[in-house]
Amino acid sequence: MSNETILSFEEALEKYDPVLGFEVHVELNTKTKMFSSAPNVFGDEPNSNVNEVCLGLPGVLPVVNKKAVESSILIGLALNCKIAPHSTFARKQYFYPDTPKNFQTSQYDDPICYDGWIDIELEDGTVFHVEIERAHMEEDAGKLTHMGGATGRIQGADYSLVDYNRSGVPLVEIVTKTIEGAGSRAPELAKAYVAAIREIVKNLGVSDAKMERGNVRCDANVSLRPYGQEKFGTRTETKNVNSLRAVENAVKFEIQRHAAVLDSGVLITQETRHWHEDTKSTTSGRPKSDADDYRYFPEPDLVPIVTSAAWVEELRATLPEPPAERRKRLQADWGYTDMEFRDVVNAGLMDEIEETVTAGATAAAARKWWMGEIARRAKLADVDPAALGVSPAVVVEIEKLIASGAINDKLARKVLDGVLEGEGTPTEVVAKRGLAVVSDDGALQSAIDEALAAQPDVAEKIRGGKVQAVGAIVGGVMKVTRGQADAARVRELILKTLGVEG
Amino acid sequence: MSASALIRSSAAVMAAKLASGEITSVELVQAHLDRIAEVDGGERGIHAFLHVNAEEALAVAADVDARRAASEELHELAGVPIAIKDLIVTKGQPTTAASKILEGWMSPYDATVIKKIRAARMPMLGKTNLDEFAMGSSTEHSAYGITRNPWDLDRIPGGSGGGSAAAVAAFEAPLALGTDTGGSIRQPGAVTGTVGVKPTYGAVSRYGAIAMASSLDQIGPVSRTVLDAALLQEVIGGHDPLDSTSLTDPSTGLADAARLGNVAGMKIGVVKELHGEGFQAGVENRFNESLDLLREAGAEIVEVSCPNFKYALGAYYLIMPSEASSNLAKFDGVRFGNRTLPTDAPLTIERVMAATRAAGFGDEVKRRIILGTYALSAGYYDAYYGSAQRVRTLVQRDFEAAFAQVDVLISPTTPTTAFKLGEKIDDPLSMYLLDIATIPANLAGIPGLTLPGGLADEDGLPVGIQLLAPAREDARVYRVGAVLESLLETKWGGPILDQAPALASTADEATAKIAAEEAN
Repeated sequence: MSNETILSFEEALEKYDPVLGFEVHVELNTKTKMFSSAPNVFGDEPNSNVNEVCLGLPGVLPVVNKKAVESSILIGLALNCKIAPHSTFARKQYFYPDTPKNFQTSQYDDPICYDGWIDIELEDGTVFHVEIERAHMEEDAGKLTHMGGATGRIQGADYSLVDYNRSGVPLVEIVTKTIEGAGSRAPELAKAYVAAIREIVKNLGVSDAKMERGNVRCDANVSLRPYGQEKFGTRTETKNVNSLRAVENAVKFEIQRHAAVLDSGVLITQETRHWHEDTKSTTSGRPKSDADDYRYFPEPDLVPIVTSAAWVEELRATLPEPPAERRKRLQADWGYTDMEFRDVVNAGLMDEIEETVTAGATAAAARKWWMGEIARRAKLADVDPAALGVSPAVVVEIEKLIASGAINDKLARKVLDGVLEGEGTPTEVVAKRGLAVVSDDGALQSAIDEALAAQPDVAEKIRGGKVQAVGAIVGGVMKVTRGQADAARVRELILKTLGVEG
Repeated sequence: MSASALIRSSAAVMAAKLASGEITSVELVQAHLDRIAEVDGGERGIHAFLHVNAEEALAVAADVDARRAASEELHELAGVPIAIKDLIVTKGQPTTAASKILEGWMSPYDATVIKKIRAARMPMLGKTNLDEFAMGSSTEHSAYGITRNPWDLDRIPGGSGGGSAAAVAAFEAPLALGTDTGGSIRQPGAVTGTVGVKPTYGAVSRYGAIAMASSLDQIGPVSRTVLDAALLQEVIGGHDPLDSTSLTDPSTGLADAARLGNVAGMKIGVVKELHGEGFQAGVENRFNESLDLLREAGAEIVEVSCPNFKYALGAYYLIMPSEASSNLAKFDGVRFGNRTLPTDAPLTIERVMAATRAAGFGDEVKRRIILGTYALSAGYYDAYYGSAQRVRTLVQRDFEAAFAQVDVLISPTTPTTAFKLGEKIDDPLSMYLLDIATIPANLAGIPGLTLPGGLADEDGLPVGIQLLAPAREDARVYRVGAVLESLLETKWGGPILDQAPALASTADEATAKIAAEEAN
């Protein structure tokens, strides 16, 4: 629990200029690990996806995963980085049981990607140019679970469990240069930056990019300095913030906390911080000095990674359309307003709508279904709309059934029920549930006669020229037919029965 | 042929007798197991072996015999037994690296060279003794006791691969595997009158050799003849996708080179800095004798200078411990091996790791870990590790310049013959100096071979002659080595080991000791 004094965000920003920096770790979705042939799979039985190499048994040697190198180059290219023709690995040495060799094999002096940039667009259209210092390859550590303590941390734990399934999973660490001038937009920028990286690696297909699984993890560096001062203040590094909202909140909190500390005349301690989702605050981690001695030295078991220009160009040719450009193109194609499009993006339904449109639906219909009925049901079921079980093909088929007059909107929702309950395609559901619109005029006529007889005064009004009163009779007919009638046809027949022109 | 004569044969002769049906592999393996039982145990035994793998060796031998009886096509060395340095991991046999920290550890996987040995159907006699984690030049740093030199039981068999060399010298095995980081194959070969080769770095996969210094380590053959070493390197060499530093060259042409039989017209360079001052007189005499023989055989002997070799030892003793300090970090008691708990509270992971390493490692290993940790520390890295790497480049350039003038280089393998057990155990610096002639080859990644050059006049102990060739030119050391071996053996009237004293049987003593242990 944090009992830190903080300033209001507005007051903090009045006095201090925030400077940011991000280290985002991206877990690659290669089939095997960075340096071993063990499977790279999330969520399996602990310590099942391991072999002698990623367990660091005596005598083993690492071999670089070529696919991981290609994924790293793709990330570098997508971030406008230069790709090093020659880069090496180093050993970062520290004793900790999540690291089986007691060193992490990482890139140190010469990363594979360096000197890039990315433009980050905030919700209101403001663009920040963020420079990328480097993107380097390394291996993930195993996962420790500390048992028996109150906090889940190693301090006070009775014992710890370690799962080496994650040990050796390929990581790309993307490091920004210091970001100045974000001002009050700093928390938004933090969120938007991480969202952009997540989107890029997902779009490249090189990572599952699920933050809740730790596929994308952000270490956020924050420091404050008085306005007009060139020298940076002392920074803190909030580790492993694993949701976009948390990134935004953590940066905001650290700005407020730093401001309060600085205001009281105390120096900021250079340290790592831990983000707590429950209290929306950070607590002190371990002191971190720039002189942490990891005894880096070149990894003697690996030869340098040599990237030929031809190889890099081959990879560049496979780059998908950048997400920001794709968004602009899709919005123009679909004719959505800025607000409509932003809602779609925020709901994470751009891919689904694109597929639905490609499958033959109109952009308006695709949006209507995904943002309306499907999103509503997903919210009730507490799942992602994409995971609800409605495919773009289902949406297209339902739309076609409506357009042909076979069903109406109300029936369409029942068709969706059927599809979600596994009763088959929309057409099959219509048949099985008997949901087709009643278009037999004979059946409708008797229902109309019945309704007119039940409401003679309304019938009289209509005969007298009050055509708008026909709604009440239509309603009665729809009730009798349990919604399965075509309301427009019912109206026609009523007016015809009463001898009134519509 | 009697069993005692059979075990003195070369591996090539054994292979021929197996192929002709004159002997069976079971007979051959049993003869070696009997020899091990006779001379390896007891207080005054050789103690080359840490583990004897009798059951599996005999089973593999029987299988080879059955296949041969069925006229199956077999590898040339199928059925010829081999001993394995206990730094190389093996399924089904313990692997200790001669360290307490790994006592009882069974590897769940085979080293690549072991897979190749199995594929060639060579019965493995067992695991041989070494200095703990291959750190030492005398095998006195083994956690499981010393190994004795068959030439003089009170002298060291060299190190770190003293067990493999002594096993071969004592006819307990015709072949063995060693590892060479600064001379651990060649120096024991020199002091036991046997042959040992450090192949070109990358010629033999290191996968499954417990690493001391990754950029220097290389697995290689230990044997009694140059041809046998060539045959064995052909078995274990070649590309391995599990070792990123492995060369793609095929491991062929080595035995052919050993059988070539001439050196006429070859230029052989004597490295000025690798003989003379600091080298024992008897060593120098035998070295000069070899030069004369090669000259008579038509080789041109020239002197070359490698001025940076004087810095090689210093560079080696920074690079090797630096890499070793990192490679040995994994021995922490968390995942494998022995775990030692601290005697007092609190029981934290750091303290368990520290207690495990304090109890599990011997003094020499700790010395090198401390040296290496220091050399890699922030603020010292450039002065130590950085400078050492620059020296390494200079040594490589010296070799390049030398090999621009000559085909192979020649030197004594060690400055002295075998010293007495215990003589240098408290003087690590003088122990390190023994590696002066072998270390440059590791720093440069080039191949080096040692073969017996005769006995020193002062003490009647074996002297080693070292041949060096450019990287990937391993064939050259085999070619010249085999010619020199043949010339020397003609001069001696037979192999040098014929002059070694007969070993008294220690079997009764060893049996009595085992019985006493069992009674307890």
